[in-house]
Amino acid sequence: MTARERTYLGVPVSKPRAAFFEFTSCEGCQLQLLNNEATLLDFLSLLTIVNFREAMTEASDEYDIAFVEGSITRDDEAKQLKAIRGRAKTLVAVGSCACFGGVNQLKNRFNDLAWVKEQVYGSHAIDTREAVPLSAIVPVDLSIYGCPIKKEEVERVVTNLVLGKSIDYPRYPVCMECKANHNVCLFDLGEPCLGPVTRAGCDSWCPSNRFGCWGCRGPAEAANVRQLRQIMHEHGFSDEQLLDRLECFGGFADYVTELKRAAKE
Amino acid sequence: MKVSCNIKVNHLSRVEGHGNIRIRIKDGEVLEAGWDVVETPRFFEAMLVGKLWENAPWICGRICGICSIGHTLASIRAVENAFGITPDRQTERLRLLLKHMETLQSHILHLYFLAAPDFLQLGSVLPLIASHPEVVQRATRLKLLANDACDIIGGRRLHPTRTVVGGFTMLPEKSQLAQLKARLEAALPDLTKTAELFQTFTLPDFVREAEFVSLKGKNQYPFIGGELVSSDGVVRAEDDYLQMTNEYMVDHSTSKWSRLSRQSLATGALARLNNNFALLYPGAREIAAVFGLQPVNHNPFMNNIAQLVECVQVVMDSIAITSELLAGSWQKPRQPVVPKAGRGVGAVEVPRGILYHAYEFDQAGRITRADCIIPTSQNNANIHYDLIELARQSAARQKPDAEIQRLAEMLVRAYDPCISCSVH
Ligand code: SF4
Ligand code: SF4
Ligand code: SF4
Repeated sequence: MTARERTYLGVPVSKPRAAFFEFTSCEGCQLQLLNNEATLLDFLSLLTIVNFREAMTEASDEYDIAFVEGSITRDDEAKQLKAIRGRAKTLVAVGSCACFGGVNQLKNRFNDLAWVKEQVYGSHAIDTREAVPLSAIVPVDLSIYGCPIKKEEVERVVTNLVLGKSIDYPRYPVCMECKANHNVCLFDLGEPCLGPVTRAGCDSWCPSNRFGCWGCRGPAEAANVRQLRQIMHEHGFSDEQLLDRLECFGGFADYVTELKRAAKE
Repeated sequence: MKVSCNIKVNHLSRVEGHGNIRIRIKDGEVLEAGWDVVETPRFFEAMLVGKLWENAPWICGRICGICSIGHTLASIRAVENAFGITPDRQTERLRLLLKHMETLQSHILHLYFLAAPDFLQLGSVLPLIASHPEVVQRATRLKLLANDACDIIGGRRLHPTRTVVGGFTMLPEKSQLAQLKARLEAALPDLTKTAELFQTFTLPDFVREAEFVSLKGKNQYPFIGGELVSSDGVVRAEDDYLQMTNEYMVDHSTSKWSRLSRQSLATGALARLNNNFALLYPGAREIAAVFGLQPVNHNPFMNNIAQLVECVQVVMDSIAITSELLAGSWQKPRQPVVPKAGRGVGAVEVPRGILYHAYEFDQAGRITRADCIIPTSQNNANIHYDLIELARQSAARQKPDAEIQRLAEMLVRAYDPCISCSVH
């Protein structure tokens, strides 16, 4: 879509003012947006970018849509997020860090921040708190899942948002996409995979590269982790390996608690 | 008139992560100047404790979105070194090719999108889309080539899926490699044009002597593993990386700092080039010569040019690697992994400098201790002392405030810092 054609069904479409922010993250999700060379310019033409610190110096506090990457791990971040929420009409959580806490929440599992700090910084004082998703601090209007996000999905979500169309996500698991891609199932190749319980939408990104899914997009509707546990056991994988995958990105937090309890029994 | 100014840049733009510059000059005297890192720490080294070995590369790639491939490869190397696995030639070649393409992607992103706007007195690359479309198209063409290459070798352009301990989960199609080779050959003229563009820029004239730390190449320009070297003559084995980094904490930074023989050290493209100049392809050395870049160069702004030279280097080497791979037949992509107790170190040159991952394992292959030392954390002290010296020289030359701020921002950007990575 070029600047000239910015209409939908003959109706001119307004260009919302968009701002990008990042909290505790690897900034990879933002990079995914810049990484989409083939369609980057078309994508940019949908929005008026007023704030994108990683790419530009100019900045403005007036925006309609805030795209927020990263999880919240310090009080100043929580405060800043609330201010962003106050200004934006629509707040979009971008990537697993923002949606679930992402890999950052792996430090929470020790339930011992003092030990965590000491491991990395020794006796030097350092400020941090449990890593939480954006939704733990402010209401979130839209979530774009993935670690990293899939650029095609961002473009679809953003286009629908700008055009005022409804935004829906697949409810079925990654396995459906994997089968449609005619992949050999990794379990048959001797590799564990979280595809049966993970929300689709990534086009089975990892299994299509012969690497098992680690559940970065969180649970599919009616995810049956108990059944997956059985499949894992049948193929010789341990609860520990299942747990490693379930707890990696934070999307399966409830299931992790349940599995930890079950594994003890 | 003597210079007085109070410069504060909070959350410097066009760098990865969050850092602040402060410079206070009164009547020509520098009262304070410095570089503060305010990024929130993520505690990767703690996260890994208790995890099985197979988690390490997958989790550690997430230290950095820009150099996730480098982190993944350093992590894999550390695990393989601990378990006594030596990659075969095919794996070694494919990893290097993947690494090269990340270097190209990152350097092009930095040169065109982050650094060039400074030289053109612009706030971002966006105005160039209308005024100089061919420049933006060239930049995106080069970046796209590098990213596509990462997709076909690593599975995706960031947080790769095919790179595992022992090798690769699957291999690219030969036809994809042949296509890549053709695109690499076509990229060389684009790089010549890039050099012509940078020749129209004036690099600030600033020198502060530094100690440069990098891998030490034997018979090729080094990127993955090997001895460590400094321009002050220190040479250490990969396993002894701690003797090169000597980390310590300062109050105004959430990132650790490093030093070796001096107050601070520098790592990155300029360091690699200063320490391994003779190992560059002649074509890459020619580009260096155009800019008068020869070892040991102590102008940190020259890091931009060193990145440009490395773009040529990695494209030329990638052509050689693809030719070699195309000439042979595919061997099996991965070897079996048997965990054992012990320690392993992986040193890898990522776009911003030398990166170390080190892990200790118990018998089951569970991580008992992890350590990751990031290029930008090694550079932070050097950036800080450079800023002080830049403030001093600018005050002496009676530069206007706006000019001092511009130079200070450009100086930090020249290091292409990856701040969230440095506070991992
Ligand atoms: S979700 Fe993943 S890719 Fe995105 S910022 Fe977080 S760690 Fe990086
Ligand atoms: S490889 Fe994974 S996603 Fe694909 S069918 Fe098997 S379990 Fe499902
Ligand atoms: S396959 Fe699983 S881990 Fe990979 S991108 Fe999709 S949801 Fe994430």
